[in-house]
Amino acid sequence: MSTIRLSVPETAKKNEIIEIKAMIQHPMETGYRRGMRGEVIERDIITLFECRYDGEIFFEGEFHPGIAANPFLSFYLKATKTAELVFRWTDQTGQSWSETATLTVT
Amino acid sequence: MTDTSNAHQLGFSRRSLLVMTASALPLAALPSFAQSDDNDIKQVKSSLFGDRKIQDGRVEVKLPPIAENGNSVALDISVDSPMTESDHVKQIVVLSPLNPEALVSRYTLTPANGKAAISARIRLAGSQTIEVIAEMSDGTLWRGKKPTLVTLAACVIG
Repeated sequence: MSTIRLSVPETAKKNEIIEIKAMIQHPMETGYRRGMRGEVIERDIITLFECRYDGEIFFEGEFHPGIAANPFLSFYLKATKTAELVFRWTDQTGQSWSETATLTVT
Repeated sequence: MTDTSNAHQLGFSRRSLLVMTASALPLAALPSFAQSDDNDIKQVKSSLFGDRKIQDGRVEVKLPPIAENGNSVALDISVDSPMTESDHVKQIVVLSPLNPEALVSRYTLTPANGKAAISARIRLAGSQTIEVIAEMSDGTLWRGKKPTLVTLAACVIG
């Protein structure tokens, strides 16, 4: 299991623009490094990040080996309704991890 | 050896040749280390945007002036856009001229973002100027750049 850390405000005023931070624990192994015996360390990276607000994808990130280990992202959302936010990371093999947060709009 | 024969042809003195080689060496040595053989920035740009015009401006890129560790460098991007239905940023593309792969990451935005700003942590294989291109909903392309000095390059140790 990968550790996921989210920073989402619990409440927001209607139409307020809030900052969201999301991080997942992952080595993001580039495939360019070599091990102790000179063997190539195989690539193992997360390739896709999606964030849904009330079921709809509003922000997406496509990652390549140039993204640092434990990929961190911060982005913004215009709070229009009380709804669930779903964060999902998918790696090169199709395995995915997700986490949710609820935003209450007052 | 080609240096010597050239010097003869051009009539350089032995000393001036020495001085020239000494001063040219660091410059000549750098690109071979720094420039990765197969960095495909031109190819990536043309496959993403074809030969569409890319204008400078509207994209602000923030990187530390000196990055001590190329394995994780804070990158902040903000694009000047109202982020409305009719006028918003559709995608942001981060490109490196020096990393083994030019395409570092790509972000898809929507009006629901409210603000076109993102932060991420990237790897840098050496001192370079990072290029960020934003595609707007009207199809125009805008670019921002930021140079950074990397003291410990990614891929070498970690």
